[in-house]
Amino acid sequence: MLDDADRRILRHWLAEPGAPRGALAERAGVTPATLGRRLEKMRASGVIKAVRARIDWRALGYAVEVSLRFTLDKTNPRAFDEFIAAARGVPEVVGIETFLGRVDVRLNAVARDMGHWQEVYREKILGLPHISEVEALMLISTIKESEGLPL
Amino acid sequence: MIDLDDTDRALLRGLSLEGDLSAGELGRRLGLSQPAAWRRVKRLEEAGVLQGLRIETDRAALGFGVTVFLGVKLAAKGRGSFEDFERAVVAIPEVQVVQHVLGLFDYRLRVVARDIPDFERVLRRRVMTLPGVGNVEANVLLSEEARPGPIG
Repeated sequence: MLDDADRRILRHWLAEPGAPRGALAERAGVTPATLGRRLEKMRASGVIKAVRARIDWRALGYAVEVSLRFTLDKTNPRAFDEFIAAARGVPEVVGIETFLGRVDVRLNAVARDMGHWQEVYREKILGLPHISEVEALMLISTIKESEGLPL
Repeated sequence: MIDLDDTDRALLRGLSLEGDLSAGELGRRLGLSQPAAWRRVKRLEEAGVLQGLRIETDRAALGFGVTVFLGVKLAAKGRGSFEDFERAVVAIPEVQVVQHVLGLFDYRLRVVARDIPDFERVLRRRVMTLPGVGNVEANVLLSEEARPGPIG
């Protein structure tokens, strides 16, 4: 179970993941040793699942980022599994999400430019199994991106 | 744009799984010295490829059992309405992600809530009252998976 100190630590860390440990401990009102111990415990218990580097695809030359929203043919009971397994095989796909609502699955995909996007879309995306409908949202800019929680 | 060699790609793959690896540990895994690994990480940071850390938590275990993606269409267009909307939406603590998009909607939002009644509160009191909001579509997130992408 988490106590108030754990919540304070997480709230401050999620708000600024790059903050130095000393500053984080001070903001959360604990000693650096306690901070280290608490973080260790939260990782071991799975409350903190992973710490990943955030990669900017634009800086790597992938200027196009598209959110693809799919409705799948649900008359086939294997539609989700087969679609997702095939989507994992497309290197330009950087994220896969499933939903309850009008959208069944969303793929986040990147491409170097519009020519490359056309190739990825026509040859790889539209070749995925069990698609009944697809809509695309092209990313213009990310205004906010945070894992912060109102803890 | 930055050129990557195979070692850079392996380094990015490693950091995209474990972003807080030390340069020493990273170097050991890739057969580099600690200073060589550090120099490569530094170069990727300076080129803007590495943009800090993303902490993945078990949101349900922290009391946030519901994540919803909202597609938002603004009722009125024009630069002023986009600016007013953006200024107000980023201040909502339950809104984690705000993306300006082109297509069926103007914005995508990722919203966290404790449960469905709490989501309804956020939606009615915070989101529907944002300046210029028109049509809103909600999809409840069931699962998410980060992929290595083209560096994989």
